[in-house]
Amino acid sequence: MEAVRAENLHKTYGHGDTEVKALRGVSMVAHAGEVVALLGPSGSGKSTLLTALGLLNPPERGTVTLMGERVIDEGRAQGDLAALRRARIGFVFQKSNLIPFLTAHENVRLALALNDREGPETHARAQELLDYLGVGKRGAHFPEELSGGEQQRVAIARALAPAPQLILADEPTAALDSHRGRAVMELFRQVAREQGTAVVVVTHDHRTLDVFDTIYEMEDGLLSRSAQTA
Amino acid sequence: MNLAILDLRRQKARFAATALGLGLLFAIVLAMGGIYRGLVEDATLLVDHMGADLWVVQRDTRGPFAERSTVPPELEDRLRSVAGVASARSFSTATIQRVHGARNLRMTVVGLSWPEDKGGALPLVAGRPLRDPHRELIADRSLGLPLGEVLALGDDTFTVVGLTQGMLSSGGDGVVFATELDARAILNWMAPEARRLEREGRLARLAATDLDSRVLEDRLKDERSVLPVLDPAPANAVLVRLRPGASLAEVERTLAGWPDVTVYSAQAQRDLLLKGVVEKSRKQIGLFRALLSLVSGIVVALILYNMTVAKTHDIALLKLMGARVSVVVKLVLNQGLLLGGLGYGFAVFLAQVAFPLFPRRVVLGAGEYIGVGVLVLVLVTVASLAGIVRALRIPPTLILAG
Repeated sequence: MEAVRAENLHKTYGHGDTEVKALRGVSMVAHAGEVVALLGPSGSGKSTLLTALGLLNPPERGTVTLMGERVIDEGRAQGDLAALRRARIGFVFQKSNLIPFLTAHENVRLALALNDREGPETHARAQELLDYLGVGKRGAHFPEELSGGEQQRVAIARALAPAPQLILADEPTAALDSHRGRAVMELFRQVAREQGTAVVVVTHDHRTLDVFDTIYEMEDGLLSRSAQTA
Repeated sequence: MNLAILDLRRQKARFAATALGLGLLFAIVLAMGGIYRGLVEDATLLVDHMGADLWVVQRDTRGPFAERSTVPPELEDRLRSVAGVASARSFSTATIQRVHGARNLRMTVVGLSWPEDKGGALPLVAGRPLRDPHRELIADRSLGLPLGEVLALGDDTFTVVGLTQGMLSSGGDGVVFATELDARAILNWMAPEARRLEREGRLARLAATDLDSRVLEDRLKDERSVLPVLDPAPANAVLVRLRPGASLAEVERTLAGWPDVTVYSAQAQRDLLLKGVVEKSRKQIGLFRALLSLVSGIVVALILYNMTVAKTHDIALLKLMGARVSVVVKLVLNQGLLLGGLGYGFAVFLAQVAFPLFPRRVVLGAGEYIGVGVLVLVLVTVASLAGIVRALRIPPTLILAG
């Protein structure tokens, strides 16, 4: 089943001499349980595509469909994009971007609280996710007390908490060494397989491409499907 | 999940110090109101306590508190003969400053109408009312005079036989009560040297005239004779009480026809005090209070704005995660309310502990506490708007910028 489909996305920044066409008719699809890589040099439009898929920065033209529901139609939002983000999309970044004044456990619960889920079951769900990602014993610690790898695992746990259909990751291993970077990428594949979530990862790390089911390459705002590894 | 409280958990000391600072500001706002109420209560205390229906003063004056007033000695008897008047008594008051021991003692002397009024109705907290028509005083505790203390006032010494609590004049000075005659003697006392100089001056002026008045000269030289200018001054006012059922307006109308007096009801006397003696202080305090409220509002707004700026990244993340606007607004507003609440709590604590130590009375009632509480609530809410506007303008994509 298609988790996300983007069709003919166009996005332009600036005007006149400073005009940059970040997306020039980009189309792509990611299925439930699939891990997709977005490769490309800096400025190629990867992050713009990611923000368009994440409903943060709607394109001027084109459509985005989430689990069969058209949420952006010819650049216009169809409904409450913030509500769609908090319920259906998880984000993971280069830096873990955990809330510094919340413990690891609270950071995971935050994603549930934003979806109006409070109470003992959310505590259990947060602990279950932390255990699943191998940081169950670090729940009471604040982000600054965790290693980079642990922080990234907590961030993935937070992204998974509301059981999203899509996880978008922007260079999630850039701040990690190769060993930990690979571990995180393999974790994404595990999550995709076991949770049925589509995972789209922007990465520069060619050493981990074997983890991905589909690889797209972007250049000058154009997307091409380069290979299928699985 | 209350993000506002969870955030503060990590910066307790900083937050407490900020709340403490705000509390001091709010305490001053609270004190301003209390000082004003204290002024009003002090100003009207004597008028209220004397319990007169009418205050009869010198014609065209606003005495005895607002300005000097002297009434003729026979006025008391004239007033007693007016239909509807139950009692009339002379009243004298003035503020004096004397050296007592090693300190300057500033006090307001008030005469009691002996023998009808011995001070039994005063709020005595120690000692007793007057028993002797002379040389006894009832003093307010604020003067720091213990029971049995002997004061030299004029040509006599007076013993403190009773202590009151909270009996202050409109100037905030402690009141001492003596019999009316003693009060007048104290208030109009002239030093022996001044008396001697006055006699000599008069003799010199007499010698400079072509009058050859042996009788007048003898009178001037005689220590026992009374010089008109050195006479005990007349009373400042006469206080009138009406018979039950007597018409206040009717008696006022009667007295209005008398050429040498002006008459005020007790309420009119209160109004005179409030509009005359207290009015400027009230305006001054009111303006100062408004200014302080404005400063508090600006300080709170800056604090909340800076707290929001410090959370820019976290707010961007929350918005990226799809947080509702209400979540972001609550984060800022709840911290503002907490800050205001803690500051207000500290201000109330200060009011309870420190205000009684102030040199002038700070009178705070429930209305004042509620009023300032509401002011703090409004200030904090309005001040939070700056932070909220800032928070709502933070783009979620800020996170992607690294």
